[in-house]
Amino acid sequence: MVEGMEQVIGRLVADAAPVRRLRPPILRAVLWLVAVAAIAAVAILWFSNLEIFARRAEDPRLAVELAGTLLTGIAAVIAAFELSLPDRSGRWSLLPLPPLALWIASSGYGCYRHWLRFGPEGWAIGESAHCFVFILGASVPLAISLVILLRIAHPLSPLRVAAVGGLGVAGIAAFLLQFFHPFDVTLMDLGIHAAAVAIVVAVTAAAGGRRTA
Amino acid sequence: MVPGDPSEDATRGEEWSRWMAAAQDGDRAAYERLLRDIVPFIRAVVFRQHRAADGIDEVVQDVLLTVHKVRHTYDPARPFKHWLAMIARRRSIDVLRRRSRRHAHEIADDAAYETFADPAANRHLEMRAAAEGLGEALASLPAQQREAVELLKLREMSLAQASKVSGRSVAALKVSVHRAIKSLRKQMVESWRG
Repeated sequence: MVEGMEQVIGRLVADAAPVRRLRPPILRAVLWLVAVAAIAAVAILWFSNLEIFARRAEDPRLAVELAGTLLTGIAAVIAAFELSLPDRSGRWSLLPLPPLALWIASSGYGCYRHWLRFGPEGWAIGESAHCFVFILGASVPLAISLVILLRIAHPLSPLRVAAVGGLGVAGIAAFLLQFFHPFDVTLMDLGIHAAAVAIVVAVTAAAGGRRTA
Repeated sequence: MVPGDPSEDATRGEEWSRWMAAAQDGDRAAYERLLRDIVPFIRAVVFRQHRAADGIDEVVQDVLLTVHKVRHTYDPARPFKHWLAMIARRRSIDVLRRRSRRHAHEIADDAAYETFADPAANRHLEMRAAAEGLGEALASLPAQQREAVELLKLREMSLAQASKVSGRSVAALKVSVHRAIKSLRKQMVESWRG
């Protein structure tokens, strides 16, 4: 063993204060999701019109889209917590892909149906500005709290962890949007939703993807 | 560790797992045993990635620092060797990428040894020759300044890593590197002026 190695080991041993083991990633993910659900439930009960929502939710397409957004959010958050640990497989990043495909397909079908009904007007920008601001606004506190928790593990691939976490945040924000957004989406709306989701993923990755220390 | 016997390998892995669990609870003796024992294993993993002995110790030390930083993420119910190997592999790849990025900016230029008609063009060559004297200038620095330059500039460690390796505070390292650069600049300017 060379001299330098001895020195490094000596210093690390001297610095070896007791540490608190991280709880299992699935438990940490569930705790975060439960906290978000509790806050979201209060906001929904106070600010959203549940009658309109219940009427809209009778449409099977919207029900599928809701399931797609929520499952994407949950799966991506669980995957991000798993990926933040050194010994977990990179394949965890594939977990949110099936619900993401469901989300994209159901939204795409929704705006295709809208276009059939309204023709070229189906291209107009509907209530997108509102949705855009909602997705970004709801994502900021979610992303900040999630990135703080994920970085406790000092992930070895911080960019990937933050990007997957960002997808989870965007999925949850898009799910919550449906409670405050009593409109069918147009193609432009869908594009703007996608842009908002992409911005959330990119900003979370840029802000949370740097190496710690 | 001699690889080969799977049962011995498994026993060693379980032992490391117990030592790490003890280290997480603050047992420094177990931690020291563990760090000494895992160096050959880390070296073997790093060697498989690099296929060259050159610079391996630097990567091994980087892996040890990372193990130290993320030791709270180890779950004693899971295999320790896998946890360690993943860290070693990941850090190796990062170092290889960093090196290849550095090499991408370095071009072997035979023409650089020619003398050009334009005096301004020759200045580049003269500076290149003077750069060879940089090693000597570096050697002439006081030990603490030289160490700061080596860790922060040549090995591209972060201030936190360099502080851990050298056992000196971040502020002291910053002062040393600042003084070292100032002194090197002065020496190089003097050598160019002849």
